Amino acid sequence: MGVLLDVRNLTVRFGVRRKGAAFGPKAFLTAVDNISFSVERGKTLAIVGESGSGKTTAALALAQLTLGHVSGEMTLDGNSLVGLDAQGLRAMRQRVQVIFQDPYSSLNPRKRAKDIVSEPLESLKKISKQETETIVDELFAAVGLRPEQKALFPHQFSGGQRQRIGIARALATRPDVIICDEPVSALDVAVQAQILNLLRRLQSDFGLTYVFISHDLGVVQHMCDSVAVMYMGKVVEHAERTALFSKPRHPYTKALLASVPSVERTVLQEDRQSLIHGDPPDPLNMPKGCRFRSRCPYAQDICAQSDPELSVLDQAQKVACHFPL
Amino acid sequence: MTPLLQVENLRIELKTRAGVAPVIDDLSFTLQQDESISFVGESGCGKSMTALAIMGLLPDRIGRIAAGKIIFDGEDLTKASEARLREIRGNDISMIFQEPMTSLNPVFTVGEQIAEVLRHHQKLSKTAAHATAIELLDAVRIPNPKARIDEYPFQMSGGQRQRVMIAIALACRPKILIADEPTTALDVTVQAQIFDLLRDLRRQTGTSIIMITHDMGAVAEMAERIIVMYAGRKAEEGPVQQIVKSARHPYTRGLISCVPHIVADVTAKRQELTEIPGIVPGLAEFGKSQCLFAARCSHKTEKCLIKRPDEMEFENNHKSACWIAKEL
Repeated sequence: MGVLLDVRNLTVRFGVRRKGAAFGPKAFLTAVDNISFSVERGKTLAIVGESGSGKTTAALALAQLTLGHVSGEMTLDGNSLVGLDAQGLRAMRQRVQVIFQDPYSSLNPRKRAKDIVSEPLESLKKISKQETETIVDELFAAVGLRPEQKALFPHQFSGGQRQRIGIARALATRPDVIICDEPVSALDVAVQAQILNLLRRLQSDFGLTYVFISHDLGVVQHMCDSVAVMYMGKVVEHAERTALFSKPRHPYTKALLASVPSVERTVLQEDRQSLIHGDPPDPLNMPKGCRFRSRCPYAQDICAQSDPELSVLDQAQKVACHFPL
Repeated sequence: MTPLLQVENLRIELKTRAGVAPVIDDLSFTLQQDESISFVGESGCGKSMTALAIMGLLPDRIGRIAAGKIIFDGEDLTKASEARLREIRGNDISMIFQEPMTSLNPVFTVGEQIAEVLRHHQKLSKTAAHATAIELLDAVRIPNPKARIDEYPFQMSGGQRQRVMIAIALACRPKILIADEPTTALDVTVQAQIFDLLRDLRRQTGTSIIMITHDMGAVAEMAERIIVMYAGRKAEEGPVQQIVKSARHPYTRGLISCVPHIVADVTAKRQELTEIPGIVPGLAEFGKSQCLFAARCSHKTEKCLIKRPDEMEFENNHKSACWIAKEL
């Protein structure tokens, strides 16, 4: 099992107009700031963080789906994903597919289910109609939809079924990597379990590698093999699943874990004091030093001066903090 | 002790194109002074409808209370006039909604929106209402309330807007606060802050809270008693800890085990999540004389398809509407 996807120093910036200024230099909002991570073949990397932390932007940059200015290195199986021409992009998109968050807006309402699923095949691969049909039949069976539902329109499906169509579409070109952007957060709790089980089954059947974006730590704990925790565009902790959940080393990770309401009340009381207060800083006007320091209970003088680098603590745990727990 | 709120055999009917559907079918429950209960269930199970009925805010000409009583402080709200309901709403019973982005008026400052409640219900003067609004903003822990009071909703973050909503809801020290999924639109760290705030305010003011949610973890943190709703009917009711430990309805069990809960000791092994197959039935199915969960239930017997299960009682006021509740 080698590394399949490797990202080094990825930065994504968006040009924004300064408040009230019609002229003058453009300001830049750095949504993703110099992050690195890697995913092994057949494994799941989860990217977690609050809204605005840059997790979706980072993942969409992988699929070349952001409008911002992207810099850094990204390789899939040793081949670079940056600066591809139209043909290169087409080849890349066969190998990297996305499942979107909202199954209501990510399916074309005027297309039938089978046409939605076969669309990537038609635009990315040159194969006959008959072959396409067989593949669509297989995909419908794989995601648990009935063959007679092929001719229906999206509005005739429930939320969970729509997400199954979205998954079938992502599987159509037999990709290596699937980016799952909050695939269950728009679904009802009971339906979430159906989709999560399906995703895990497909992973072992098709040997898929997932980049799984979520803000729900319970779901992440269930799905991932390793986790990258993002805060304000930075990866603050990157570790294996067991290490991160049993012994978080970054204060933000610890606070995030403590914030999750639990059915086991005992766990909760002792963690109550590590709740964090306040709101994250303004992304256009990032403070100097560590970005978490305004909310961090352990912050000291040095945190205001230098931004901690992501450094290796134990074999498989990297933390960006001056005073790791 | 007489309960603060007593709902008896409530039936709410919605007019649909296919006919009249009972979205709430024979629901009874009580809320004591200084108690916190929680409604749980998937979307489309009638949780929000119950809240709207208590508030007298059912959609006009579409929904109506067909039978039953809602007794608040000795007064039947189903018979109260529109004027009387206006007096009660915001004053004795108030509500916070799911979306803090859309439930505040974008063209008024937050101060004006908080003061409006105080001036209307408590007949405070303009200056007194303004001063109280500042105190309320401080109470919901918004930093620098004197300056923030003149801000518009768009200038605040999601968590702060929800705090403003809470300030408005608590302005007149209501006896009951209904929170309809107060944190689903918010991040987990902000959710924890809001829960913390609600708990503290409850301790200070003694307000009873009815919380509507689909998150069992949130229930365990916020409520003492839980009512599980399914397809407009009460599936199970009882103390939270008891139900988490030994649920006596297959739907409740499914709801608890289908969510990957975060656990303290992580092991390399992961089990498949328990699935509840299928989805909530459509409105056309509501009101049938059978167990409406039967289609998704792994324990179903023939009896479930013939007759709606009666409610069975267990210790500590634990009730379950399932034919095999005793065996579970």
